[in-house]
Amino acid sequence: MNKKSNLRAGFILAVVALIILVGCTGKKQVIGDAEVASKVYVAPGEYDEFYSFISGGFNGQLSVYGLPSGRLFKIIPVFSVSPENGYGFSEETKDMLKTSYGFIPWDDAHHPELSQTDGVPDGRWVFINANNTPRVARIDLSTFETEEIIEIPNSGGNHASPFVTMNTEYVIAATRFSVPIPQEDVPISSYKENFKGTLTFIKVDQETGRMDIAFQILVPGFDYDLSHSGKGPSHGWTFFTCYNSEQASELLEVNASQNDKDFVAAVNWKLAEKYIAEGKAREMPVRYFDNYLDEGTRSVVSNEKKSVKVLIPEECPGLIYYLPTPKSPHGVDVDPSGEYIAAGGKLAAVIPVHSFSKMLKAIENKKFSGEVNGIPVLDYNAILAGEVTNCGLGPLHTEFDGKGYAYTSAFISSEIVKWKIGTWEVVDRIPTYYSIGHLSIPGGDSRKPWGKYVIALNKMTKDRYLPVGPELSHAAQLIDISGEKMKLLLDFPTVGEPHYAQAIPAEILMNKTTKIYKLENNTNPYAIKSEKERRVERKGKEVHVYMSTIRTHFAPDNIEGVKVGDKVYFHITNLEQDWDIPHGFAVIGANNAELLIMPGETRTLTWEPKEPGVYPFYCTDFCSALHQEMQGYIRVSKRNAKIELSHN
Amino acid sequence: MNKVSKTILIIASLLLLLMYVFPVWSITLEAPQYPEGLGMYIWINDITGHNPNDLNNINLVNHYIGMKDIDPQSFPEFKIIPYVVFFIIAFGLFTAIKGGNKMLLVWIGVFVVLALIGLYDFYQWNYDYGHNLDIEKAAIKIPNMTYQPPLFGRKTILNFTAYSFPALGGIAAFVSILLGMVSYYIEAKKSR
Repeated sequence: MNKKSNLRAGFILAVVALIILVGCTGKKQVIGDAEVASKVYVAPGEYDEFYSFISGGFNGQLSVYGLPSGRLFKIIPVFSVSPENGYGFSEETKDMLKTSYGFIPWDDAHHPELSQTDGVPDGRWVFINANNTPRVARIDLSTFETEEIIEIPNSGGNHASPFVTMNTEYVIAATRFSVPIPQEDVPISSYKENFKGTLTFIKVDQETGRMDIAFQILVPGFDYDLSHSGKGPSHGWTFFTCYNSEQASELLEVNASQNDKDFVAAVNWKLAEKYIAEGKAREMPVRYFDNYLDEGTRSVVSNEKKSVKVLIPEECPGLIYYLPTPKSPHGVDVDPSGEYIAAGGKLAAVIPVHSFSKMLKAIENKKFSGEVNGIPVLDYNAILAGEVTNCGLGPLHTEFDGKGYAYTSAFISSEIVKWKIGTWEVVDRIPTYYSIGHLSIPGGDSRKPWGKYVIALNKMTKDRYLPVGPELSHAAQLIDISGEKMKLLLDFPTVGEPHYAQAIPAEILMNKTTKIYKLENNTNPYAIKSEKERRVERKGKEVHVYMSTIRTHFAPDNIEGVKVGDKVYFHITNLEQDWDIPHGFAVIGANNAELLIMPGETRTLTWEPKEPGVYPFYCTDFCSALHQEMQGYIRVSKRNAKIELSHN
Repeated sequence: MNKVSKTILIIASLLLLLMYVFPVWSITLEAPQYPEGLGMYIWINDITGHNPNDLNNINLVNHYIGMKDIDPQSFPEFKIIPYVVFFIIAFGLFTAIKGGNKMLLVWIGVFVVLALIGLYDFYQWNYDYGHNLDIEKAAIKIPNMTYQPPLFGRKTILNFTAYSFPALGGIAAFVSILLGMVSYYIEAKKSR
């Protein structure tokens, strides 16, 4: 056996040993005491210290939790429809999920990333990527609602995303799966000649937050996995890990694990801007959608776009360098100073840490060890700052506490390992329950981390909570990192897969939250501003009901003259201008969803009655003591009945 | 008038200018559903909410008991009070410059009487809103229950606790009367 297969055998043994340990010993770790409890106890009526945005992974949503309590405040629908409030179902919101593949009602949402100013989370927006149908969403942090989703063309899956540059100049995307670009019908075995990757830079308007794809870079067909942008001295560069430098197209488990080293791609995006200014970019025909919520109508505007600027590395010397990195690296994380770039080689036994200044020197002195498609590969030893050994099995991601330490998650050995920047020594380790993926320190990927806690985001819970059948919740663990030793404080189940999280001090967000939408600013064409404007109109087979809600009634609440075969549009405006008084709307036999309408907002639900009869509708959000009375009837007659439209 | 009492009276008169820029009275309503409170300010010429939508929301909540809408347009007093306050200021300043002790006493007397009329009028409106309910349209009907807010202080009305206190403009008026009395006292002592 060669050395590589030895290593692999070792890992398989380790995994087997872990399964045996977890499955058979029955000795579950129970930790904690009253002192620990007091550190996470947020007394009734008190506020948490941090907002934590935890992605929902396969549920396509973003959850908002409080830290240190671990209490769930909200689930923000992003890439998945939400029948609970009508997101993705109402006429105003359904286009948010429009793509070149049509309407996509779900996705796999991985990485929340807070917008930054000068390398520090600023609380303007949080971005999140869709891994499956490549997209990036922007959520506003005063409304906590999805305001924009942009599709990424020329991508087979958007995983290395949406990590921002230091001042949110760009949100980053990259294709995890290389594909024929442009797409074409070719044999899969022609991978090496036909498949390419893209690295995408999305420009963000600093005022409105609107996103626009600035350019893409066409790169060799590897799997681009994660990214992070430089800060301080390395501002202007973005780093991407890639695996499958073997360019295998089948059984990647084995075939993409052959090379001793894969790469971190270092991209000089300031140089890219220069090349674009010089006209080096090619316009490539593509098709993708950019959907955003108009502020006045609170209705989604969907724009189809047909072209993207593409840079080819061979034509742009100095644009990209490959940094050799051991064994299928996963995470790539830049320390707060901007000098060190840690890569988690998920099959490696060490964490390599590259030095940005050494990288610049190696480029200057042309210390190259090879070249891939015109992209120079730098010499590993010339750029290495150090290697963290004894770092646990399967190191994945690293975050920083701003006090000189780094924390790396190790999936296989299910632990967090704390190490010192500069000496590369491991100084502490703590188990996680079980199989940690990402970890999150508030501001932990920024220039100024609030290094008080780290949250472990785990893939398995097994025996941690009361059993609930085969499908179990995933979990997060809150660990105190304020002292020398890490200390487990809290273990809480999460919604969906807590893939990654970012946290921000509560005081940055809590005072700027939106309480109501001002009725006077509502420019939705179907809005009514007072009950006097209520009406029902027929346009052929469409019936438009202009309805209002206010405590505690609908106006109108009796509608007659609808016929079987009509499509009824309930345009409902919530006239309330009071915080926490949404009204709901539900009608019997609705094939889509219910609506929750926020104060001052207009939402539209369609309903297609199939049989004559009189059908009730009612409010689903408990709005006042007379909420049960908030109801009405709509009468449906035969197609040929001579009943005119009327309402009260 | 001597210099000290004259100065005090001028201050007392000018203090009333605050009534044009600050509300006279404030009523706050707290309930389990409104921990942050709903409230209204009563000005010499208007009623406004503590926050932009408070007045609407107070009316919304009040419709359940059949109380009529609080509409600033429906108070004829608001057209008169600004002139009344102006009259008191002008009269005070005139007294300070030209008048003597007797005129000052008249000023205090007129001011106190007008203030009492104002308070009585305020009480009457509170009584009217609290008692004259549209029982037909009220969802919540409790026999013998009235919803009159307190003239001054705190009162529990169903799930609401109502607080009624003078605001800065009202406090200014009160201090102005007191200063007028101080001025009279000094003047009376000197001329004895």
